[in-house]
Formats: sequence, C-alpha cells, structure tokens
Amino acid sequence: MNVVRTLISPRGAVFLLLVVLLVAITILNPGFAEPGQLMRYIQRVAPVAIVAIGQYFVIIAGEFDLSQGSLITAQVIIAGNLVGQDDARTVPVLLLMVVFGALVGLVNGLLTTLLKVPSFIVTLGMMLALLGGVMWWTGGAATGNPADSFRQIGRGGIRDLPLIDFLPWSVLILAGWLALGIWVTRRPFGKVLIALGDNPRAARYAGARSWWVTTRAFIISAVSATLSGVLLVGYAGVHPSVGRGYEFIAITAVVLGGVVLGGGRGWIVAAVAGAFVLEALFLLLNIAGIPSSLRDAVQGVIIIAAVAYSGVVFRARRKSAPATASPAPGDEPDAPPGAEGRTSASPALAAEGVTETRGD
Amino acid sequence: MKRLRIDSTVIVLAILLLAIVVGAILVATQGRSFFSPGNIRDILTGMSVLGLVAIGQTLVVLGASLDLSVTYVMSLASLIGATTMAGNPANIPWAVTLTLLVCAGIGLANGLIVTVLKVNGFIATLGVGLILQGVLNTSFQGSAGSVPWDFQLLGATGIGPVPVSTIIMIALAVLVWFLLDRTRTGAHLFAVGGDPEVARLSGVRTRPPLIAAHVLCSVFAGLAGLLLASRLGVGSPTVGQQGGYALLSIAAVVLGGTLLLGGRGSVWGTIGGVAIFAVVDNVMSVMQVNPFLKDVVRGVVIVAAVAVYSRRAIVRRRTRFGPGGTRTGGDAAALAAAPAMAAASAALTAETDRGEGDGR
Repeated sequence: MNVVRTLISPRGAVFLLLVVLLVAITILNPGFAEPGQLMRYIQRVAPVAIVAIGQYFVIIAGEFDLSQGSLITAQVIIAGNLVGQDDARTVPVLLLMVVFGALVGLVNGLLTTLLKVPSFIVTLGMMLALLGGVMWWTGGAATGNPADSFRQIGRGGIRDLPLIDFLPWSVLILAGWLALGIWVTRRPFGKVLIALGDNPRAARYAGARSWWVTTRAFIISAVSATLSGVLLVGYAGVHPSVGRGYEFIAITAVVLGGVVLGGGRGWIVAAVAGAFVLEALFLLLNIAGIPSSLRDAVQGVIIIAAVAYSGVVFRARRKSAPATASPAPGDEPDAPPGAEGRTSASPALAAEGVTETRGD
Repeated sequence: MKRLRIDSTVIVLAILLLAIVVGAILVATQGRSFFSPGNIRDILTGMSVLGLVAIGQTLVVLGASLDLSVTYVMSLASLIGATTMAGNPANIPWAVTLTLLVCAGIGLANGLIVTVLKVNGFIATLGVGLILQGVLNTSFQGSAGSVPWDFQLLGATGIGPVPVSTIIMIALAVLVWFLLDRTRTGAHLFAVGGDPEVARLSGVRTRPPLIAAHVLCSVFAGLAGLLLASRLGVGSPTVGQQGGYALLSIAAVVLGGTLLLGGRGSVWGTIGGVAIFAVVDNVMSVMQVNPFLKDVVRGVVIVAAVAVYSRRAIVRRRTRFGPGGTRTGGDAAALAAAPAMAAASAALTAETDRGEGDGR
C-alpha cells in the first residue's frame, strides 16, 4: 500500500511512468526484456542521464545551464581534432577535456555569482560563444576520427560475462557518476545547494558561501557534459550537431523527475529516472511505428502531461495535508528551547531538515 | 524627482549609444559610412522581426513565464499565411486574420497550460513547441504557398530610410506600452509577475493577465512570421528555428532590463536591447566577420551588456508603482517599524507573563 502511494505521489510518478513505458516496450517487442538488450538501452541512456545529473545540481540551486549542448559538441570536436590516430594521446587529451570543461563551468559560475548576471543569460552567451569558437577554430568542418582506444570508452565494454553477456563501460560510468552524485547530495555541499535554491537569502544569512557553492554546481554540470561528450564520441562519432538540444533534453529529464525549476526541491535519482523515461519514450515511439514526423508532437504532449500530473497531485496532497504541521504563531514561544536551537544550529543541519521534509 | 534616476532603460540606451559609436568608428575604418541611408535601413530591417518577437516575449517575461514556442509559431504563421494567400491579393485580409487567430489559439493553449495546469512556462512552451514541430513536420514538406506582390511590399518598402515593417513594430510597441502602463490588465500583469501570491491576496485574479500575455506573445510571433513570409515570398517550416528567435528574444528582453523573474521591466528597454543586437550584427556584416566568430561576439555582447547593470541593486530598476519602487519603500518601512514592533512584542510577552502569574 505504501509502495502504491509512493508511486502515485509526485516523487514516484516518474518511476511509475518508467515502469509503464518499459512494460509497453516489452509487450511490443518481447526481446527487449533480455539482459543484453536492457544493457544496450542503458548504454544509450548513459550520455543523457549523465548530462541530467549535471543539470540537476544547477537546477536544484535555482539556476539554468543552457551551455551543456554546446559544450558537448565542443568537446567532441576537440577530441576529434586532437586525439587523431595516436593512442598515446588518449589520456592527455582526456585530461585536457576535463580541465576545459571545468574551466567553462568556472566561468559560467563566476559570471553568474560575482557579476550577478542571470544564469539563463550567462549560459546562453556561453552556448553561442563555445559553439561559434570551436567551429571557427576548425573552420566549420568537424572532421577527425579519434583513435580506437578513445572511442572504446563510449562503445566498448566487458565482454563474455555470464547472464548479461556484455557490460558497456558507459553503464559503469553512469553508475559511478550517479553514486558520486548521490554521495555529494548527502554531503554538506549538497544540503547547502538545496538550501540556496530554496531560499538564497536565508541560506546566506545562515552562513553559506553562496558564490562558491553555486560555482561548484556549474563546474559539476560542465564536467558532466564533458563526460557525456566523451561517451558520445565513441557512440555517435564526431559531428557538429552531436550535442544539439542536449540542454533542453537534460532540463526536461530533470523536471520530469519532479525537480522544481527555480530550485530547492528534488531528488537526484528521480532526475536520472527522468532521463530513462525520455529515452524509453523515444524507443517506444520508434517501436510503435509512429511516423518520425509525429514523434516530436507525441513527446511534447507527454512531457506536458507528466509535469502537469505531478504538479496537480502535489497541490492536491498539500491541500489535504493537516494544517497542524506548522505551529500557530502564538505557540512559538512555548516550544521547547531545544527545538529552536536545533534548527538554527548550522546551515548544514538546517538544510538537512529541508531535504528530509521535502525528500525522503 | 529633481535628481535624474538612472533606471535600466537609460543604461540600455547608453549601451546602445556606445555600440553605435564603436560601430560607426569600426565601419569608418572600412571606408564605409555607418549613417548612410542604406545602412540605417539594413539595421532597422534587422530589428523589425526580432523586435516583434521580443515585444511579445516582454509581456510573458513580465508575468514571470517564458515562451520558447515562438520559433515554431513563426514558422507555422509564415506557412498558414503564405498558403492561404496563394498568390491572390484578395486573400490578404482573410489570410492575416486566420493566421493571427491560429496564433492566438496557440497562445491561449500556452496560457492555460501555464496557469491552470501549473506547468512551468519553460516546460509548457517547450512541449507546445515540440507539438508544433510535429504538426509542421507532418503537414508541410519544405516551403509552401506564395505571397502576392502587394504583401511582399510590406517587407520591401519604406518611408525614406525607415522600412514599413519597423514602423509597424514601433507602433505596436507603443500599443503594448499603453497596455502595460495605462490599463488595468497591464498593472495586474506586473503584480502577478512580481509575486503571484501577494497579487492573489490583494484581490487580483492571477490567471487572466498571464493568459493575455501568452496570447499576445503568440500573436506577435505570428506577426513576425507573416513579416518573414512577406520577405521570403513563401512560407517555410524552418524559418523560425533557423533564426533561433526564442532564445535571442529572451536575451533581448533581459538585455532591456526586464527581470527574468518577472514583475519589473519595460517595452522600451526591450526595443533598446533589440537595437543593440541589430547594430552589432550590422557592424559584423560590414566588417565581414567570420560567421562562426559572429556567434562568439554575440555571446560575449549578451553577457557583457547584461553584466553592466546586473551588479546594481534591483531596487534601482523601474517598477510599476511609484518612483521609489515598492521594494525600497517596503524595506524602509520595515526598518522604521522594527523598534516599535520589538517594543510591542516585549510588552505582549510581559503581559502574558503577568496574566499567567495572576492565574496561578
């Protein structure tokens, strides 16, 4: 009963949707349920899910990152041009890409926090500048075919395993990145980030170094996009439109996962589940034989419906919740002194309280 | 009011002046004149389409929403207009009416999804945009229809160096300025954009102004689409997407000093923002800058221009209610009232204690 209630709650809606979609795919195409096929599916989701993890950190802090798609394209083109057919260059170029990604995130973050430019505008400018800059550098032709050792990261994996037969590297990378993300959200940094997204002024009064916390969120987002670019080099090859639209897909996935645009609410696992839902949706539309021209329309309807559903359920639940949750104003002085002391003890603890009531 | 208040519109105009001066010098180094009638006509022509979209976008952003579907609305409008006219001048009034009605319908859908279903404007209009993309894909293969010569004149002729399309754009800007500054709907839109909850508690019906803003935004995008059709002579299913008008119009609105969070801003700032874009684009065209490098410059200009005044306190920005702005007034009043309130609460506590003491 409890499981059912969680599933129809806004937090669980994305998992319910995922189960429904996967079951529908399996009915239409029974082969999908085989472990090998499932692994292929997860492999295809990995780049989107990793970008969504990065976007989650930015959105939870109440910001946007529109530069992710351009950054992916830029990194793919950098890889294509610098690695070449030389296996020895794989590791140095990989390091260079990570440093470049972190730098982009740092610039995004500092412009947003220190210059107080809205992140929507900062990352929009970065989106234009990055793509234009890389295309200018390469003369508009995204050529180059990175060495096989580099491409193996995205397309290769451990073969000849029992049961699943093939375990792609990208699945392992996704799992690792998600685990890292979950760990980070449980650290004080993650709590402060959520507090900042919920109420920046209160978080600042509580002692949060908001500029550095927000900047780190942008760095995480940019490094995620870099990682996704590395996977896409192997999976999709070098092409100037590889990363196009990824920022919107990532934002959609995160919002489908119940994360509130504007910050302060959301669960990282649900955001990743949102990415799985989107990819399952594409797959289902493909298998169901819906003409490719109509796919966009169906996708649009489902996105709106899913977000509207979780919004409506959330409001309904809030209305029906007993009003006694918050004490009447007059009662406050009578509350035991320990309770007040606890909530205002430290920003990390205060933030923890926020996540607990909203999240788990 | 003796002291000249520096509000964001003034800053935008100053940046525009700076852009014109720098542009004129740069153009002069190429041995051309920036202020030749031909060049001025080019700039104004470049302004009119983005200007129309941005005026509509201003309304939506003031209401604390976004409209990412404008690009698809523009493409659809150009197609509906061109196919309905079908080269016959007698069809022009009917075609324009039909196009604008369809656009108003799309805007109504946007507005209802945002207000009634409470889907975030970002996601709602992204979804509606995807649906429109699907419609465009299924209904039209490539360019269609034909625009009669009489209608093409709209995009081609002008009074002196001023094109007719720019005159229409400015006239509509005046209309929107009147709507925002002199009508109840405008005042309510500012109130709802600033804080929907406070507006609701003040007795403002929060839905109608935002729905009206969305309807008008789509109608303005439809007008921009018709203008593009009159220039191209045909309707095209990709004309809006190619220009990237959705993000550019939002950038122009923010550049014009309108808060992305809603509630503060003006149409004239937006027109200034659009003019800055047009001047920068024009100078780059005259200088024959590499097209990829153009994007880099655009990105830097967007961020730099917004950064100029973003560091200033938000209270300096133009507000709807009174010269000082509600925010400063509120803060000052709260500060002034603080000692009195502290005294009152102390008195209350003392009284309660005495009351309890008497009871025992």
